[in-house]
Order: sequence, then C-alpha cells, then structure tokens
Amino acid sequence: MAKIHFEDVCVDFPVYNADSRSLKKQLMQVATGGRVDVSSNGKVYVRSLDRISFKFHDGDRIGVLGHNGAGKSTLLRLLTGVYHPSSGRAEVQGDIGSLIDISLGIDPEATGRDNVYYRGALLGIPSAVLTRRMDEIIDFSELGDFIDMPIRTYSTGMHLRLAFAISTLVQPEILLMDEWLSVGDEGFRQKANARLHDFVRSSSILVIASHSRELILDNCTRVIWLEHGRIRMDGDPVDVCNHYFGQH
Amino acid sequence: MPDLATSFSTATADVSATIKRLRLPILLGWQDVKQRYRRSMIGPFWLTISTAILVGCIGLIFGHLFKAPMKEFLPFLASGLVIWTFMSSSIIEGCTAFTTADHIIRQLPIPLTVHVARVLWRNIIILAHNIVIIPIAMLFLGREFSLTAIISLFGFALVTLNLMWISLLLGTICTRYRDFPQMVASLMQVMFYTTPIMWMPRLLPKEVARYFLDYNPFYHLMELMRAPLLGTVPDAKHWMVAIAMLLVGWPVTLLFFGKFRRRIAYWL
Repeated sequence: MAKIHFEDVCVDFPVYNADSRSLKKQLMQVATGGRVDVSSNGKVYVRSLDRISFKFHDGDRIGVLGHNGAGKSTLLRLLTGVYHPSSGRAEVQGDIGSLIDISLGIDPEATGRDNVYYRGALLGIPSAVLTRRMDEIIDFSELGDFIDMPIRTYSTGMHLRLAFAISTLVQPEILLMDEWLSVGDEGFRQKANARLHDFVRSSSILVIASHSRELILDNCTRVIWLEHGRIRMDGDPVDVCNHYFGQH
Repeated sequence: MPDLATSFSTATADVSATIKRLRLPILLGWQDVKQRYRRSMIGPFWLTISTAILVGCIGLIFGHLFKAPMKEFLPFLASGLVIWTFMSSSIIEGCTAFTTADHIIRQLPIPLTVHVARVLWRNIIILAHNIVIIPIAMLFLGREFSLTAIISLFGFALVTLNLMWISLLLGTICTRYRDFPQMVASLMQVMFYTTPIMWMPRLLPKEVARYFLDYNPFYHLMELMRAPLLGTVPDAKHWMVAIAMLLVGWPVTLLFFGKFRRRIAYWL
C-alpha cells in the first residue's frame, strides 16, 4: 500500500550571501521561479513551494506541469525524502525509486562491473542481488566484454544503457521521473521503452514531471500544474493540459 | 523537552541506518582511495613512501636539534606523524563531508552519517598503509617490536569513535558556516606544533607541560595509539580523557546533528 499525503507543505531556501538590506521590505515577484522574500528578522529566503496539499493513492499516475523554476524538482525531491518541508506535513508511505539523474555516483575511471556495485550500493541494492543479476545487467545493457573496461572508454550510449539497466533493476512502489528517459540508439530505445513501460505499469504510484503534452496524456490520470511554487490547477489531464498548453 | 527527544531520535535513526548500510561508506571510501591512485603502479603505497621520506628528513634534522638518540626519536616521530595525519585529515575532511557529497545528498535519501563514515573509512585505509612504516623503522633501528602494540588497537577504536563525533559535529556546522573549515584547518596546523609529535614530552619543563599536554585532547588520543606501538602501556588518564570525550561529545553531537539534520540539504 503506497500513499502520499501533503498538507500545507512549504519549502523555503535560505539565501545567506544575499544582501538583505538591499531587498528589505520588498516583495519581489520573479518572472519564473519562486518568490524572493525577506522574513521579519531580515533573513532572505526563496519560497520554492507554497502551501501545497494533495493526496495520492495506489494506482494514481500523476503528471506535474510547470515552467522551469515552478517548483517541480523541489516537489520531486520532497517526495524522495531529500528535502523536508520547512512547514506543513509531507507523509510518504512506500518505497521510492527515482529515475532522475541515473548516472549519479558513476565513476568514469572504474570498470562497468565496479560501477554496478557503486551505483547499486547508493540505491540500496544488496551486493548479493547485484552479483546474482550481473549477467542480466550485462545482457540488457549489451555491453559484453566492455563490462570489465573503465567507463571512460564507453560511448555515451553505452554509459546510459548501463546506468539504465542498474536503475531499473529493482521495482519501487512509488516511481519518480523527470521526463521520459530515452536511452541509446533506435534498437535499444525500443527495448528500454518496453522495460520502462513495464516499470511504470508495475509501480503503485507514478509521479512524472514533464513539459510534454503527449507524455502526460498518455501516462497520467491526474495532473498538477505548478506556478511560482503554488498549485495553479489540479485535476483531469485533458482539462489541465488544455489550460496549460492552450495559453502558450 | 520534546524537541530534544525528537532531535535525539532523528540523529540516532540516521546513525543506526548508517550502521545497517555500512557497506556503502566502506565502498565509497575505497572508491576515493582508488580514484586517487588509479593507473599508478604502486597505488596507495605512494603514501607509505612519502611518509617514510618525510619521517627520515624531519627525523635527521630534529633529532640533531634536540640531540635525541635516533633509536628513540625516529620511531616516536614516525608513529606520531602517522597518527596525527590520521586524526587531522579525518577532522579537516570531516568538515567538508557534506559539502563535497552535495550531489548525492540532493538526489538520494541516504543517511547523512554515511558521508562522515566514508571520510573516516578513507582515512583508516590511508592509516593502514602508513602504519607499515613503524615496525620497519623499529626493526631497521634494531628496536624490538613488542606485543604491547596490540593495545594500540583499543586506542585506535577509542580515537575513531571520537573522530566520528567530531567530524559529524564539524561537518554540520561547516555546511552552514563556510568559514569554519578554514578555521578548523588553521587550528589543526597549530595543534600539530603544540602536540608532542616533532618534540618529545619529556623535553618540556613541568610547569609548561600541564598546558601543552594535560589540556590538549589530541595528546591523550595520540598517546593511546602511540605509546603501545613504542612498547609502553598508555597511562590511565589518557583512557579516562578519551572515554570522557566520548561520553560528552556523542550526546552533544547527536542533539546538535539531530536538530539540524533536515536543514543540511537546504544549506548545500
């Protein structure tokens, strides 16, 4: 049973090297991005998310729309548990998998095989599981003998194929994505797509941030539109997309 | 008091999650060492060689300056230098444990103590390479290497547990106040000269010794590891100071770290 429950969640980023005097008592509405604010005690902060509330349940496929800086990444980071709300309550039940920055932790000088263990350890996959499924990873990423070569000798495609194979090894209950992952050349892309679709289908809750109308309409059952860190609209994908894309 | 209780439990949860996933800091620590010496033939043993050369040079000069017999001074200097490098790099690198792992911290919900444990493990690996010098120097100078040296392992355990809280505390403060790492680095530089590493404690007049030795926590930690390596059992007071530091340091650190644990990602 996966569940996500946000209630009045705010995220404020403190800015320590900004001169609060030059900003004092001004409320700046930046064109895109959060609001720059000065608190009563003179501290400068950027409000990245402002009183966000929602509930996601099993089976929900959530699309998150919004301009750059509207708070999409911050929202995803709250869901992974990297950030904690500055105020409000964010409750997440169920294990979380993220397909954001799948290359994180990959050491270019180490071999592909070593990197499977590095990346696997970061994701919390037991090394016994990695050893047991190593052949499957090599097979899927089509690396063959290259698995024992340093990653720096890989092409971009090979690198991504390996990162993708490791990151999709364990099925999470809640899956977070920033745009659809597209990996490698035409041949591999089909295989990766099939696996990704499978991955998405088997997850209890999907949260995907995107700028693509097709992606949202194809995958989501509910869409949240963020603007300046607030929820501008929350509802049926077709409805929200029409409003969001309609005016642009 | 509920605030203190929450801080405490946040911190202990983070630390115990790290202990459960100890494989991660160990892997990352090894990766750091390997990364530094990748494609080098003798790898981390370069550390051993450069420390040996340093010990040899300083030993010759200061041995003559202090008119200390080489047989006594060189092993003292070698062990002091190796142990000091371990303590001081652990602390200085502990200051930036979170800031250098910012990409991981902002992307994956990994217990934060992992990053401190990684720094510590990296320095333990380096210590293990450096420590080889001491028995070699002793044999070379015709001194016996006694079994008392085993006590040094207990000293090492106490020192490591102390370094752990110091790094966790400083790492948290340094993420928020970026001038702190520089302050710590210069303080450690001063401590290097005020701790008996290049000079022997018995050279100091009694009345001065109190300030430089008894009030210097690094001296006590140092003695726990160094004395057994040189064949003597450390004084009871050294053990007591080290244990007292643990008993005070850990609770304070856990409360402090627990209070700001959630802010660290925002400070990066």
